[in-house]
Amino acid sequence: MPEIAEKEVLTPQIVRLKVIAPDIAKKRRPGQFVILRVDKRGERIPLTIVDSDPREGTVTIVFQVVGKTTHMLSQLERGDKILDFAGPLGKPTEIEQFGTVVVVGGGIGTAVAFPIAKGMKEAGNRVIAIVGARSKDLLVLEHEIAAVSDEIVVTTDDGSYKRPGLVTEPLKEYLDRGEVDQVVAIGPVPMMRAVSELTKSYGVKTLVSLNPIMVDGTGMCGACRVAVGGKTRFACVDGPEFDGHEVDFEDLTMRLTAYREHEKQSYNQYLEYHKDK
Amino acid sequence: MDEKAKKKTLRPDRVPVGERSPLERVEDFREVPLGYTLDQAKDEADRCLNCKKRPCKRGCPVGIDCGGFVDRVSKGDIRGAVKLVKEKNLLPAITGRVCPQADQCEGPCLVGKKGASIGIGNLERFVSDWERKHGEVLPDKAPPTGMSVGIVGSGPSGLTVAADLIQLGYGVTIYEALHEPGGVLIYGIPEFRLPKAIVSEQIDGLRRLGVEIKLNQIIGKTLTVDEMLEMHDAVFIGVGAGAPIFMDIPGENLIGVYSANEYLTRSNLMRAYSFPEWDTPMFLGKRIAVIGGGNVAMDSARTALRLGADEVVLIYRRSLEEMPSRDEEIRHAEEEGLRFELLKSPTRIIGNGSGRVTSIELISMELGEPDASGRRRPIPVAGSEQIVEVDTVIMAIGQQPNPMIAATTPGLKTDKQGYIVVDKETMATTKEGVYAGGDIAGFGASVIRAMGDGRKAALAIQDYLVSKNTPDRESAS
Ligand SMILES: Cc1cc2nc3c(=O)[nH]c(=O)nc-3n(C[C@H](O)[C@H](O)[C@H](O)COP(=O)(O)OP(=O)(O)OC[C@H]3O[C@@H](n4cnc5c(N)ncnc54)[C@H](O)[C@@H]3O)c2cc1C
Ligand SMILES: Cc1cc2nc3c(=O)[nH]c(=O)nc-3n(C[C@H](O)[C@H](O)[C@H](O)COP(=O)(O)OP(=O)(O)OC[C@H]3O[C@@H](n4cnc5c(N)ncnc54)[C@H](O)[C@@H]3O)c2cc1C
Ligand code: SF4
Ligand code: SF4
Ligand code: FES
Repeated sequence: MPEIAEKEVLTPQIVRLKVIAPDIAKKRRPGQFVILRVDKRGERIPLTIVDSDPREGTVTIVFQVVGKTTHMLSQLERGDKILDFAGPLGKPTEIEQFGTVVVVGGGIGTAVAFPIAKGMKEAGNRVIAIVGARSKDLLVLEHEIAAVSDEIVVTTDDGSYKRPGLVTEPLKEYLDRGEVDQVVAIGPVPMMRAVSELTKSYGVKTLVSLNPIMVDGTGMCGACRVAVGGKTRFACVDGPEFDGHEVDFEDLTMRLTAYREHEKQSYNQYLEYHKDK
Repeated sequence: MDEKAKKKTLRPDRVPVGERSPLERVEDFREVPLGYTLDQAKDEADRCLNCKKRPCKRGCPVGIDCGGFVDRVSKGDIRGAVKLVKEKNLLPAITGRVCPQADQCEGPCLVGKKGASIGIGNLERFVSDWERKHGEVLPDKAPPTGMSVGIVGSGPSGLTVAADLIQLGYGVTIYEALHEPGGVLIYGIPEFRLPKAIVSEQIDGLRRLGVEIKLNQIIGKTLTVDEMLEMHDAVFIGVGAGAPIFMDIPGENLIGVYSANEYLTRSNLMRAYSFPEWDTPMFLGKRIAVIGGGNVAMDSARTALRLGADEVVLIYRRSLEEMPSRDEEIRHAEEEGLRFELLKSPTRIIGNGSGRVTSIELISMELGEPDASGRRRPIPVAGSEQIVEVDTVIMAIGQQPNPMIAATTPGLKTDKQGYIVVDKETMATTKEGVYAGGDIAGFGASVIRAMGDGRKAALAIQDYLVSKNTPDRESAS
């Protein structure tokens, strides 16, 4: 069972873990994820591999506490073990020298965007990072992503930090200047949708990383299916990245609501049970 | 006709197996048949004519001496019966429950010509259950060879290769992608037909023999087959054909549409039937349509009934006669209240404003000329569309190979549909030292076929490793 080598609480809701998993660290490329389980009766959930160190045999994950599994994961400490940890899954990001690449990260999506920005930079691209969050305390990895980018713009919806407003505004300015060869957008579905609609009118290719519900993560169940270019694709094996101009965001938004009631019930019951502990 | 067969008087009726009543069993996930008692088993075994030619043995894909073990049961030598069965099949508690016996060992049984064939499956189940209660009959193990074999997948084919090779003195490591071993036996076939405790016990038996099982290892991702070949002397691929097929009709992405794989995985592997004690949720529909007519469709439908659906309809495009599911399964499902819509096929799924399924449109079919499979081809009847109200649709129309291994293994040839090409006798693939079998090799999907492939592969791997090492030893001396 993989052991937690380091733990860091980034914000009250967001945690970073470094996990000892040498086989995965060796193989992993930007854009890939793991599926993990915390408890014997627990759900399998996907989390992006944010960074890896093949030499020391570790991989890093960053996650936001949104429900029961992520809550339980956030309770683990250094030295604790993660019950099941499988990967690296999904297709790696296609990293090439495109020229200027704008990497847009929204909320926890910045964690998912970080390895891609890093990979793009290493491949010789000029990298512009635009990272946004609802407010200052939801902003993560600002310094890490700044370190691998040539320029960085930070926005908060509520104006509590740096530039007020949405990520699409600075993006539009770059697009207007005609400097952008490729966009990568990762974050909440409405954000990825807005970015894709914007870049479409400029004809700039845009990759988005989709987060449908997954079960096995190996192409066996079809739970993660998404409509892309009128075809059904499985995000865990054909993605998770797809051409944002082809993705049916409506379909994705709808499918993500499937278990909302169950998720609430499960989390509330868990919180209720652990209240006194 | 056989000499001995003539002497015995023929008893045409089977000793019936106790079964839990449909009303009771549909409320839970416990097993349906109760199995024979010792007296019942002896009584049933006594009907066997002990024919010299053993047509039953030829019907079994792994060549179990059925008449032989049945004869031992009739004499009360249950341990001896277990031994005989286990010479050919190390997982009899599983096959006794899930083999399509009517088409295999019981099909050619001589008694079946005049009455009901000997209940070989029920007796196989009896002897293996007896063994579980009275202490395992451990097979003999050859001295260690110092060589090891890596196996991809812990379904019945991989488990059989492991069982055979460990006894021949090879080190065996199984690499399994999921967090629990067993393949379809765990994530596909439901508890009420094959209790998970039995599968786990059989797998623990292999562990006791020395088989190592590594979970959460996705070959093609965590490790490649080529890397396995660096760690092992040979590799067996038994990854099944697990990718679900959808129909490509409008509405398939609506909430409430499941592949049978997802539905059964959530229920079996993730135990969603115990939500919220177990975390994985599942949409518990009230009116459910299952599309398909095989074991997978039947298992999905019977799972749905147990999860509390008011009505479950099975939609199949041919008639009852063509239905590929085991006969016992069709009977059990009918008793439990499954409704059949035969000669119908879905044309689209209809949803409401929030994306949830509300109904399904069907079209009637009529049977035309036989097709390549020998079954009459269903043809849609124009203008016969009808709408049925449902809130859940389960697609159980088949599976196909997952390309993950083939895409990451240079030199491994697959056919047009993605099945790994193998030599039918040795299960050798086009890549040296790599063997494959079970559903991924693509000849007919059944547990015992997969085990049969595993047995052939194990023997061929042994031959390969012996010959590979003989010249080495000579040149070293
Ligand atoms: C490829 C991929 C990469 C991801 N990477 C990250 C990451 O790096 N950091 C991060 O914080 N989150 C990431 N996520 C999202 C993360 O998987 C979910 O937040 C997590 O599953 C929530 O589980 P829960 O039990 O805590 O919450 P739940 O109460 O179960 O659900 C809360 C929310 O998470 C979504 N969700 C629930 N179960 C799953 C599931 N099995 N698969 C996918 N989504 C689910 C639901 O739609 C819901 O909106 C990623 C998702 C995908 C598909
Ligand atoms: C619902 C259902 C009901 C059935 N009912 C019956 C029945 O009643 N009688 C009968 O005879 N047959 C039945 N079958 C068919 C039978 O189960 C299969 O033919 C048989 O299990 C195939 O065995 P296998 O060894 O090829 O692989 P599987 O049982 O498919 O197992 C393959 C294993 O390999 C693992 N794997 C896949 N890819 C990788 C990878 N890349 N790396 C590592 N591991 C991997 C999988 O997770 C899985 O555990 C049924 C099938 C289903 C789905
Ligand atoms: S393994 Fe299957 S086919 Fe063979 S004897 Fe047993 S039940 Fe019959
Ligand atoms: S099982 Fe049937 S075919 Fe086999 S020996 Fe007995 S009577 Fe003969
Ligand atoms: S998560 Fe099951 S197929 Fe993608």
